[in-house]
Amino acid sequence: MTAYFRSLAGRFFHRSQTENDLEEELRSHIQLRAEALERSGLARSEAERRARLEFGSPERFKEECREAIAGNFIDVLFQDLRFSFRMLRKSAGFSAVVILTMALGIGATTAIFSVVDATLLHPLPYPEPEQLVYIQDDLTELGARDVGLSQPELNDLRHSGIFQEVSPAWFDENNLTGSSQPARVRIDTVAPSYFALLKVSPQLGRTFDPAYDAPGYMPEVVISDGLWKRLFAHDPNILDKSIRMDTDLYRIIGVMPPGFNTPGRTSEERNIEVWAATSFYGPPLPDQPPRNRRNIPGVIARLNPGLTIATAQSRLDALVASLQKEFPQDYPPQSGWTIRMVPLQETIVGNVRQPLVLLLSAVGLVLVIACANIANLLLARASARGREMAIRQALGAARARLTQQLLTESLLLALVGGMVGIVILLGVKDLLVNLVPDSLPQLNKITISWPVLFFALGASLLAGVTFGLAPALRAGRLDLTHALNQEGRGSSGSREQTRTRRLLIVTEFALALVLMIAAGLLLHSFWDLLNVRLGFNPQSVLSVRTRLPYPNDVSIDKYATASDEAPFLREVTRRCLSLPGVEEVALGDTASIPLDQTQRTLNLIAEGGHFLFTVEGRDLAGNEPSVVDRSEVTPEYFHLLGIPLLRGRSFNDADTDKTPQVAVINEAMAQTYWPNEDCLGKRFRSAKPNSPWVMVVGVLANARTQSLAEADELQFYQSIYQVRAKHLAVLLRGHFDNSVLAEEVRKQIQSVDPTLPVFGAQTLNQAVSGSLAQRRFSMRIVALFALTALLLAALGIYGVISYIVTERTHEIGIRLALGAQTNNILRMILTEGMSLALSGAVAGLLCAVVAARFMASLLYGVAPVDPAVFIGVPLLLFAVAVLASYLPARRATQVDPIIALRDT
Amino acid sequence: MGNEAELLPGTLDLLILKAVSLGPLHGYGVLLRIGQISGRALLIEQGALYPALFRLVRQGLLKASWGTSDNNRRAKFYELTSKGRKRLREETAGWNRLVAAIASALAAQPQEI
Repeated sequence: MTAYFRSLAGRFFHRSQTENDLEEELRSHIQLRAEALERSGLARSEAERRARLEFGSPERFKEECREAIAGNFIDVLFQDLRFSFRMLRKSAGFSAVVILTMALGIGATTAIFSVVDATLLHPLPYPEPEQLVYIQDDLTELGARDVGLSQPELNDLRHSGIFQEVSPAWFDENNLTGSSQPARVRIDTVAPSYFALLKVSPQLGRTFDPAYDAPGYMPEVVISDGLWKRLFAHDPNILDKSIRMDTDLYRIIGVMPPGFNTPGRTSEERNIEVWAATSFYGPPLPDQPPRNRRNIPGVIARLNPGLTIATAQSRLDALVASLQKEFPQDYPPQSGWTIRMVPLQETIVGNVRQPLVLLLSAVGLVLVIACANIANLLLARASARGREMAIRQALGAARARLTQQLLTESLLLALVGGMVGIVILLGVKDLLVNLVPDSLPQLNKITISWPVLFFALGASLLAGVTFGLAPALRAGRLDLTHALNQEGRGSSGSREQTRTRRLLIVTEFALALVLMIAAGLLLHSFWDLLNVRLGFNPQSVLSVRTRLPYPNDVSIDKYATASDEAPFLREVTRRCLSLPGVEEVALGDTASIPLDQTQRTLNLIAEGGHFLFTVEGRDLAGNEPSVVDRSEVTPEYFHLLGIPLLRGRSFNDADTDKTPQVAVINEAMAQTYWPNEDCLGKRFRSAKPNSPWVMVVGVLANARTQSLAEADELQFYQSIYQVRAKHLAVLLRGHFDNSVLAEEVRKQIQSVDPTLPVFGAQTLNQAVSGSLAQRRFSMRIVALFALTALLLAALGIYGVISYIVTERTHEIGIRLALGAQTNNILRMILTEGMSLALSGAVAGLLCAVVAARFMASLLYGVAPVDPAVFIGVPLLLFAVAVLASYLPARRATQVDPIIALRDT
Repeated sequence: MGNEAELLPGTLDLLILKAVSLGPLHGYGVLLRIGQISGRALLIEQGALYPALFRLVRQGLLKASWGTSDNNRRAKFYELTSKGRKRLREETAGWNRLVAAIASALAAQPQEI
């Protein structure tokens, strides 16, 4: 095998020897024949002529001999490659332009593909990921999804025979004490079988015993590599050490490997630092949890081998039906309880699929435009090489052979371009990865892996064929007589060729327009979002987080009720108010931090699922939304954020956990549930059993504290002195240095309770900006691609118009000589450019209308056919086209008629 | 020229093998030898000889080496390999069978059927 390759390499590099021998052999034949003829009495010159004539075309036979020597495709390919290399070296400038364009196109496409590969195609870095599913309870009749499971339901699933393993992954925070500073850690509470389910192993120690089924929490935890490094400095003797979390003691039994991430929906949920295991009954949970207590937020499971999701779902449906019959009290038909299974990867990438597909399409368009540009360049060169091709064909080169040769040249260009692109990409990879927002799930690290390289190779080859095919086929169809008759400067392009080039430019323009419109729509949406009326004032507000512990032993909980917690809250408020520069202070749960995306799940968990509720004296039908956002805050919160109270009252000191619960609701909620009546004094309550009634005492103006894009999410607030909240946020308004103040707040909180972690300081402006991260990312990238496309299209039209000017120099010379004004010439050439741009714009607008429909869900406040964008962008593109044609057109007016005419 | 016959496809290789079997030859020599042994009755396109020679070398039926011709010119000589000799025997036998069969077919008279 190696010998074979060595001989191939030998033939590739040392072909010239064989080539010389061949040359000599044929020449000597002709010589010998000529001498023989001379001996028979012919004159020397006549003898040589006859000898050559009798021999036939040496080029043709040389070619046949080469094929006879080579005998296989690879040799012909090598020969073509060597020839291609020579051609590329000879026109280095041209090659550089093509290779750089290709490098840009392939590099950008590969970069986006590497993101798509890691997130969309291989989102789950666990063995047999297709077996992994996410299981959720839906109450379809109430319009509520993913409401959480109860412990008995978890057991039903475990014993259903459908799954190998079933485990909740219950995300929360915990207070880790014992190291120098109390730390807040991200924790997943899971079933003991969790790691067996994912089929992952620790780098150190072991994971939980899957057979554990005693009540309560296991006294063991597994920690992440990150935490091992951050708090324990990679201590090799970490195993069996104890840590205290939320006042409970746990033993560390294992450390997961670096880069291990859990399949969560937010970046917080994916970066777990501690795993604790429980059987989900026994303290602090009830010993025999009731069926309708859905406190487990969602469950992941591994299907039995060979089971499809559809089959599994139908078996699950049967299970649901039998449970409904067995427990009619817990599953009333009017709630419409079902258990639904979705591929686990869907829960992780479902949200990012559309933006990523958008990016991939955008970059694909850029690549196509780049290809069209290169095809144009090649066609221009093909006409310059027309004579070369004609001569080679006249000397006996087969047409198929020429086509093959040209195609090899294009493929070589594409491959070299692709390689340069990959090298550049590897150089700037870290930069690119930093651009990717945290909200993009990256369980798999984004890398330039083999599949990505294969993709790049495939894309390069495809691109090479795409841009090389037209010129290559044309070379095969060359009209010899015509081409050879063109004296001197190669053939001027035929009509057909000019038509091909125009078609390419029109395509380029159309595609560039589609991209620009997409970018325009995203930009417009983004602009609108930035300028949306927030309904609250985020300026000069800092939020700092802390968290009170939930000990497993409820009897030692210092903060068990709202009354227990109240002194702490009042003391923190008082101390923070005394800090320099602070003007207002309010406390609330994490959900009260406006637009803080990372904390939304925590909010749901604190409530033990979504806040499903009913209104007094009314059965809510399924078509009315019965899920609202809730938050617990101190009374100062509304003034601090500048959310005005429209009617009724806010909370006051008389509202405690000993008095009937009251709530302040927003206008949207009032309008939805009490549209034509006064909502003050009306009552509602959670759909959970034994929940207390909550009376509406005030109505607030709508504010976009939950989502910038949603104008009227339903919200209500309760007093934190009345309803306990443990995930806390301190909001401070004033004029201060943020980092200095954050440190001061930490000191103040820890002087009240030294075991509490203080973390997550951010300004509200940061939170607002952070909530736009993913949109900003998509918009920036698409805008970048659109600019590239615009540049390429401009270059394309510049090239074609320049070509037309050169080709018509003679004609322009005559026109000028006959008295044409420069203005006429300018207009004549500009018309060419504008007619191309116009055709492109029309075609592009049609495509854009279709493309915009697919983007509808990515837009905010902008109709897919947004007039500003659909008029403005084509105008911009048109202006660029005029400019790009103006430069060569001006050159046309400077044609000197004498020179132009003499040169022909 | 009028009484020269076009070569049947595939027969050039056989003729080359036969010509070279009578002693090592360079390309032009092969041409002369074929002319000589065929009584100048066959028309060969001279250039076409070389692809055929290279093909036979690649198949291992001929081997080529550089040497000096009668008039002291550097030339490439071809000679038969043992594999080539075997092939020549087989092809010759095959050809004779073919010729006999076709001749007998063409000589057939109506009364023989």
